[in-house]
Amino acid sequence: MTIALQKSADAAATPVTASATIVPLSQPRASNVQTKLIPAAKEWAATLIPPIITVGALLLLWQILCMKPGATLPSPSRIWTDAKDLIVDPFFVAGPQDIGLGWRILTSLQRVAVGFGLASIVGVLLGALVGQSVWAMRGLDPIFQVLRTVPPLAWLPIALAAFRDSRPSAIFVIFITSIWPIIINTAVGIRNIPQDYRNVASVVQLNQLEFFWKIMIPSAAPYIFTGLRIGVGLSWLAIVAAEMLTGGVGIGFFIWDAWNSSRLSDIIIALIYIGIVGFVLDRMVAFIANIATRGTQAA
Amino acid sequence: MAYLKIDHVDKVFSRGNRETEVLKDIVLTVEKGEYVSIIGHSGCGKSTLLNIVAGLTPATQGGVLLEGREVNAPGPDRAVVFQNHSLLPWLSSYDNVKLGVDKVFGRTKSRAERHDWVMHNLDLVQMGHARDKRPSEISGGMKQRIGIARALAMEPKVLLLDEPFGALDALTRAHLQDSVMALHQKLGNTVLMITHDVDEAVLLSDRIVMMTNGPSARIGEVLDVPLPRPRKRLELAANATYLKCRQRVLEFLYERHRYVEAA
Repeated sequence: MTIALQKSADAAATPVTASATIVPLSQPRASNVQTKLIPAAKEWAATLIPPIITVGALLLLWQILCMKPGATLPSPSRIWTDAKDLIVDPFFVAGPQDIGLGWRILTSLQRVAVGFGLASIVGVLLGALVGQSVWAMRGLDPIFQVLRTVPPLAWLPIALAAFRDSRPSAIFVIFITSIWPIIINTAVGIRNIPQDYRNVASVVQLNQLEFFWKIMIPSAAPYIFTGLRIGVGLSWLAIVAAEMLTGGVGIGFFIWDAWNSSRLSDIIIALIYIGIVGFVLDRMVAFIANIATRGTQAA
Repeated sequence: MAYLKIDHVDKVFSRGNRETEVLKDIVLTVEKGEYVSIIGHSGCGKSTLLNIVAGLTPATQGGVLLEGREVNAPGPDRAVVFQNHSLLPWLSSYDNVKLGVDKVFGRTKSRAERHDWVMHNLDLVQMGHARDKRPSEISGGMKQRIGIARALAMEPKVLLLDEPFGALDALTRAHLQDSVMALHQKLGNTVLMITHDVDEAVLLSDRIVMMTNGPSARIGEVLDVPLPRPRKRLELAANATYLKCRQRVLEFLYERHRYVEAA
């Protein structure tokens, strides 16, 4: 009874206040700033300020250490004056070998894309085979375990001899470097498919291909993406080293070239570029993994 | 001729040169439309028996006949509702049911018919509203309902229930038992259910198969439950026949075949 009474009282009250809503309307806007904008800003500040401070402190320390005459490495201010064009504009073109670092990174990324893409496909298929068949595992696993410890660059002479060209050789080095973690993680993921899912598949009578797409890949996806993430990191490590030796346009060759003409500042800028791109690559794979494996783990 | 016949089934598990006989000379026939429960202490091999019927585990000796034909591989004609629901976590409820439907009716039903059939089965278990939810977003009881819908949607000749309510709390379990009873009433399925719950067995079954303790478990006794259907949980609580059946099963399990510690 009392609730009904209150309700009717509210209903009766609203038309009266409705005529004077101008003042209360401005209130929610003010509170919006207070409840959403300010906490968000605080959060941003909390995540951004500490790295800014540490980077600033490191730059300052570096500046102090390398400022005195006779320092072997350039100081940050020196780098700025030496390599301003590289820092400010990543995409300039001033000549066949005088181009912005962005272009070089893109060339390197292209090679990584081809090599890593191939490694992903072959790695997942081989991993599925090794994970599914005990005999394949017994036969192949020892080979994988030995080969995966071979350093990327050790493959390069073999690749150069086989392909007789630097471009496919660099791609091969990427491929062979990044494939092992993909194979091994995929195999582990497939070995860990719960028996329940296999039972479901056999009751429903999925064939091999359907089983691969509908059960294996989604069930092993978290493992596969772990492998891909390690793989993309390794391939980025390998490309720089490979390009140093094979030459061409990539970022690796740029560093080698800068070293030969003693442009230390350029090398440092290139290192920063490589680091940032590697970080972005890692985050990209992690992001895709997040989307692709949504719901696969929580049962 | 019996609809489903488990014909002198033995099961021996061997690891290295150690052999364990789990099941010994199991003979059981189930008629069409019958609801048969298999009850026994844990470790007596009742799940193994269900897996043999499902075709997931091969029998060492003997075999299973369905409509006079031997079945020794898993298939949708013997759909299983697993104890832990076994829904695929990356698929929605709808897609989980659809997986089986597409496979079983891929040739005989059109796309639209298959969709209707999936929805029909989700509605049968009152889960039509959860069609877009993933298993992680719904409760244990709801998951098991989807599991039942997935099995029913394959139109199995025999529905195999492997302790379907074992992982649920008492209230949810009662709800689901009522649902399964209603479905059995409505669809007339042949059901083989594994359980370790005496009340559940008496409430749901036409016959209760009691198994002795393993190793080498046998069928100790088969009890008819002559209670008319539809059955009502509350009315049965004081029903003399119900209590007598219950008493029989309890005596079997706790007096004549007490649970051995080591098992």
